[in-house]
Amino acid sequence: MTSPRPEVLAKLTPVLTKRWLSPDAWRIDTYEQLDGYVALRKALKSDPDDLIAFMKDSGHRGRGGAGFPVGMKWAFIPQNDGKPHYLVVNADEGEPGTCKDLPLMMNDPHALIEGMIIATYAIRAKRAFIYIRGEAIHAARRLRSAVEEAYAKGYLGKNILGSGHDLDIVVHSGAGAYICGEETALLDSLEGYRGQPRLRPPFPATHGVYGAPTVINNVGSIASVPHIVLNGADWWKSLGSENSAGTMIYSLSGRVQNPGQYECGMGITLRELIELAGGMLPGHNLKFWTPGGSSTPMLTAEHLDVPLDFDGVAKAGSMLGTTATMIFSDRDCPVYATYRWLQFYTHESCGKCTPCREGNYWMVRTYRRILSGKGTPADLDTLLDTCDNLLGRSFCGLGDGATSSVTSSLQYFKQDYLDYIEGHRRPLLNEADLVGAH
Amino acid sequence: MLDNEELKAQAREIIARYPDGKSRSALLPMLHLVQAEDGYVSPQGIAFCAEMLGISKAEVNGVATFYTMYKRKPTGDFLVSVCTNTMCDVMGGQIVYDVLSEYLEVGHDETTADGKITLEHAECLAACDNAPVMTVNYEFYDKVEPDTALGVVRELQDGRLPQPTRGARLCTLKQISKQLAGWSEDRKDALADTGVGEATLVGLRLAEKHGIAAPVGDIDATSPIRVEKK
Ligand SMILES: Cc1cc2nc3c(=O)[nH]c(=O)nc-3n(C[C@H](O)[C@H](O)[C@H](O)COP(=O)(O)O)c2cc1C
Ligand code: SF4
Ligand code: FES
Repeated sequence: MTSPRPEVLAKLTPVLTKRWLSPDAWRIDTYEQLDGYVALRKALKSDPDDLIAFMKDSGHRGRGGAGFPVGMKWAFIPQNDGKPHYLVVNADEGEPGTCKDLPLMMNDPHALIEGMIIATYAIRAKRAFIYIRGEAIHAARRLRSAVEEAYAKGYLGKNILGSGHDLDIVVHSGAGAYICGEETALLDSLEGYRGQPRLRPPFPATHGVYGAPTVINNVGSIASVPHIVLNGADWWKSLGSENSAGTMIYSLSGRVQNPGQYECGMGITLRELIELAGGMLPGHNLKFWTPGGSSTPMLTAEHLDVPLDFDGVAKAGSMLGTTATMIFSDRDCPVYATYRWLQFYTHESCGKCTPCREGNYWMVRTYRRILSGKGTPADLDTLLDTCDNLLGRSFCGLGDGATSSVTSSLQYFKQDYLDYIEGHRRPLLNEADLVGAH
Repeated sequence: MLDNEELKAQAREIIARYPDGKSRSALLPMLHLVQAEDGYVSPQGIAFCAEMLGISKAEVNGVATFYTMYKRKPTGDFLVSVCTNTMCDVMGGQIVYDVLSEYLEVGHDETTADGKITLEHAECLAACDNAPVMTVNYEFYDKVEPDTALGVVRELQDGRLPQPTRGARLCTLKQISKQLAGWSEDRKDALADTGVGEATLVGLRLAEKHGIAAPVGDIDATSPIRVEKK
């Protein structure tokens, strides 16, 4: 294993992760010693509208996958409308490959809370919810304790630090449903219903939780806010690339020496990230990878030098998503990987719309047939045809996202499919798995 | 069990977290509370939620069946979940699951004859950098191999509580369900338990080793933010 070159090492830019090595940073005393709640004091002295304008200037974009500008989202909240406003933090982290938000809440929960106080002050909300996926009890436990600490020190509750701003935060655990990460399904779930997406418009900015104006932001989007407030909008822009301000936590998993979290300025390439991670595992050559979770089209070794920012990845035909780079080698099969992801989408489909509910179900069966060595070339057309009926025709992003790995793997690795179909490759599944496939 | 005053008081405590008139928001935490009591969403639990929230049992049932974490049958003290989504599967998670399934003689969502352990395969648990992962009552065992997984399960069978690699010391599924319903950790020191997993920190250790830190901006901690109106 070779050490990364200095110019690549220099791309490491720990901002959101900078406190993670301090073993007690999740406790409020340590957090305060490490600049904690300093940005809050500055923000509470500012005019809320100035804060929103400042966030727009910083170019900060959402970290939940779609990259919507944070300041603009805050500005959509109607003011002086006499209605209560809400902030909902999306901590449902469930997109396969994604693993950045839970470590953040585990290690630095106060950064999220501080960001929430600033955000609610800006949008004039007095109540906020953190919707955290149920299974993440390790992070929820730390978060709940941090919320209690913040109340005890007067950062939450009434008249925060004498500013006149009030805020109550509730940590709300989900119950195991990927679809509840979709923002409108999350709202239904938070209101005590099945987590099924809502028709838009109206958008959450005017009709969110309880029908009131609501900002929904990802954990990373909000936890970045104190850093930006303290260091300035230009600083944030200087850390990233054009149209992609700031740093991102890149989550490397799979066939590299040291999988894990690497925070870098946006625009780093996979080649550099793999170098930081100590290279590929011995005997493994990069074959396919996702730039931002299983819902982003897979890329190949040809894309090692694509800048991993919003525009760069889009130009390469994929999406930055959640910067969850899952790295697979020539020992892994893109057909099988796609099959497993489709099983996931089938399991997690909320069942509201036909293309997603039925389409994923049938695609799983088609993959079983192919992987059992019983497929035909026509199956590949069936898959593409099914994707055509999902993409853009599903009610929400889950159905769209399900097609990503299917179409991209067929684009880059058609021969891998044909190898099963033409009998050049040993079937991965056996006949027993085929029950009900026809 | 479920018809006692103490539990009703707890349900009211949950309802009070949400705005006036929005008590239905309490349903998910209340279903976790039911599981803290009964180990699954029991018929009495459904009736209890319906009564407390003034909605029909069918509505409660409709919600309970939507979410994976609400169990329809009694569970064991320990829920063993093995991630078999793509990354964990590729890294060996499916083998771990198969080995446990054979050893425990149960399939997905089934409980051992002694009523102690429930096995399930899970979808991505947001820990792919530690793949393959397994959890017991949602506390993590990272980079798990068939032998270590079997070791964990055998210890549970012997009445011991093997320390997770990430998360807090183990307790029962019912106790964890109480936390899911929104109650704080009440075991002394459990909050500080165990690390966060080396994978979480690799990038930082690398930066530290080479003396790399992020640039800082022009920090002015005291004056308000002002933006010129355009
Ligand atoms: C199926 C699906 C799952 C999603 N899961 C998450 C999630 O777990 N966390 C998240 O922040 N956003 C998730 N999103 C995106 C949200 O809908 C939303 O765009 C995001 O929370 C907005 O926050 P941001 O603007 O701060 O990025 C998901 C979207 C879809 C379609
Ligand atoms: S696309 Fe899938 S998850 Fe989304 S609404 Fe339709 S069925 Fe539900
Ligand atoms: S695939 Fe297992 S944790 Fe993500």
